[in-house]
Amino acid sequence: MDALMLSRLQFAAATMFHFLFVPLTLGLSVLIACMETAYARTGKPVYRRMAKFWGKLFLINFTLGVVTGITLEFQFGTNWSRYSAYVGDIFGSLLAIEATAAFFLESTFIGVWHFGWDKLSPKAHAITAWLVAGASNLSAVWILIANGFMQNPLGFVLRNGRAELDDFVAVITNPWAWNEFVHVVAGGFCVATFFIAGISAWHLLRKQNEELFAKSMRLALTVGFLATVVVAVQGHMHGNLVAKLQPAKMAAMESHWETVKNAPMYLLQIPDEKNERNLVQALPVPSLLSILAFSDPNAEVKGLKDFAPADRPPVGITFIAFRIMVGIGTLMPLLMLFGLWKRDNLASVPTYLKAMVWAMPLPYLGMEAGWTVAEVGRQPWIVQGLMRTADAVSPITAGQAGSSLVAMVLLYTLLGAAGAYLMVTAARKGPQDA
Amino acid sequence: MLETIWFVLWGVLWAGYFVLDGFDLGMGTLMPFLAKNEFDKRTIYNAGGPFWDGNEVWLIAAGGVTFAAFPLAYATMFSGLYSALMLLLFALIIRGVSYEFRSKVESVGWRSLWDACHTVGSFLPALLLGVAFANLFHGLPLDEQHVNQSGLIYLLNPYGLLGGVFFVAMFALHGALWLAIRATGDIKARAVSAAGKLWPAVLVLVLAFLAYSFVHTQLFGNYLKNPPLFLILILAVAGLLAARVYLAAGKLWLAWTGSAVFIACVALFGVVGLFPAILISTLNPAWSLTIMNASSSPLTLKIMLGVALVFVPIVIAYQFWVYKNFSGPIEGEKELEY
Repeated sequence: MDALMLSRLQFAAATMFHFLFVPLTLGLSVLIACMETAYARTGKPVYRRMAKFWGKLFLINFTLGVVTGITLEFQFGTNWSRYSAYVGDIFGSLLAIEATAAFFLESTFIGVWHFGWDKLSPKAHAITAWLVAGASNLSAVWILIANGFMQNPLGFVLRNGRAELDDFVAVITNPWAWNEFVHVVAGGFCVATFFIAGISAWHLLRKQNEELFAKSMRLALTVGFLATVVVAVQGHMHGNLVAKLQPAKMAAMESHWETVKNAPMYLLQIPDEKNERNLVQALPVPSLLSILAFSDPNAEVKGLKDFAPADRPPVGITFIAFRIMVGIGTLMPLLMLFGLWKRDNLASVPTYLKAMVWAMPLPYLGMEAGWTVAEVGRQPWIVQGLMRTADAVSPITAGQAGSSLVAMVLLYTLLGAAGAYLMVTAARKGPQDA
Repeated sequence: MLETIWFVLWGVLWAGYFVLDGFDLGMGTLMPFLAKNEFDKRTIYNAGGPFWDGNEVWLIAAGGVTFAAFPLAYATMFSGLYSALMLLLFALIIRGVSYEFRSKVESVGWRSLWDACHTVGSFLPALLLGVAFANLFHGLPLDEQHVNQSGLIYLLNPYGLLGGVFFVAMFALHGALWLAIRATGDIKARAVSAAGKLWPAVLVLVLAFLAYSFVHTQLFGNYLKNPPLFLILILAVAGLLAARVYLAAGKLWLAWTGSAVFIACVALFGVVGLFPAILISTLNPAWSLTIMNASSSPLTLKIMLGVALVFVPIVIAYQFWVYKNFSGPIEGEKELEY
């Protein structure tokens, strides 16, 4: 393998691992801040115990998110130096703004939050929790504006052999970025609420700390249902944007080869990329693809054959990842809705509680699949229509990229295992003292 | 003008990173020598506990600003120092994780594993940062396309290694002083004594590094042209002397502040010496990256300047507040979070 492919794999490994931790941070930080606010307002110890219990899990997760985030920022320089030189004028400044305006705040006040339980008043501690939560989500804004530029570059001008900033407002109001923001943050709430619901269900099944976990469960179900609905509904709007601005990605998501009007969606489909067709194509729902892509049954959906082979994304991966994402996105609101319906009598449905324990990985998988669609589906471009991934890689050797990839995968695997072990242990132990 | 302002800000961010993360890297490096029992070790983790995360963001910000203001320099520096940088990142990862993971499991094996990660993950970044910056001060064999023609081994030249050892000692002194401020009892006494022993070593190393820089690099060129700039070096020396004097007087906060001034001025000394280059090519001066040929567009620099002028003072203000309120002496088990 060459340095390009190894760098791509390394970026995938670094990003996907980082994104195991980020979504939980986004959602859980806000939910913990709510618990602390409840404690500051009512003075009921159960809310403090809730915040401390979930906070302990939050910290383990947060640390892994922070340390793996550093790698991401520096990887643009180490492995994608030509990209960095070409679009750094815009992309670099967005990352720098993220660090100064958001990440500083988040990382400074997580220390205050962690060490401040006895030093600060409940109200001040709750404010700290809100600062961490607000800053985490503000981080997401800037990172997604940066990614939005890669997906739908706006506000630049080609000058001096590179893309230079021309209109900052256009860059930060990029509709793609804000669609992505809603999708990712709502996804973060899905991860966090399934996380809380799963662990709470586990304890409720064992009738331990029932007050605390019943309250946690109720919070998770309410917020979770809303979040899953937002993800699904907004996901559809996001799909419209993909169809409009990245038609090749849309076609790859559906393994859609021929340009047609009233495009159907096949429930059963197996792509055959080599022969530019689908091996199996059955159970069509008439016009559904046209509706999904353009909210119009008569709309014409471009097929992959309309794009030169060199301009097509890898179909298999994009197609499968999209199906996983949509499948999970459909299942999640149903699971949450059922829980909401039975919310006053959850003990009578132990099967549901057991299912919720096993459902915890679902939104994680949905997140990873979603990013796979977004990033693999954008190929062969690193910046849509502006720069190809193949032109973006650093002048490094395959040996350098290969050894760092192997080291990173090894290190991350060990860290992931240790982190998972700590999380599971702490989650099972349940709340300790107040 | 904008480029010059950004160059100075770039230097200030690196100086800020060294001053702040320097002490927890130093404490981690000294841990095997200073901690005799479990409580001592936990004291070290907790002495840096509330701060390490916020400190590390200075590195992110310094990296981010390099990217935003001088994208070509960011691209060249980070890809050119590929292996060293990857090592630095991996070391910082295991260091950061060790804070959170170590005390969560009551097993001797688990804890010694993370203690080892903490020490290696503190020592290695100190060393690598020193090696990297010494090499930046001297320059790298950049070709016409600004591609670094050397590898990790090249960086380990005598001047680079001296820079590495100097940084390790400088951070260790800084860390010992911080530990002296926050610890109580035996370990505090050991930290004070370690600072006293490290001080002469740092003095010798800084003099050696300056002398070596004088013969081996162009750093002094700007100073000889503008002698008032020597104030930076005078301040550095004054900071180091103050650290010794206040340490002897038992005024630990002032001693640490002296050490902080010393570290900041050492960083600024190098950065000012480089000006207007960011990355010197040792092959041909015309192939160097300077603030002119590596900088972002004026519009980006202007917007980023606005962002920096608003947010950096805010960051400094709230970090100052955190330091003021969370750096009291660690008296007993009850105060240990890690």
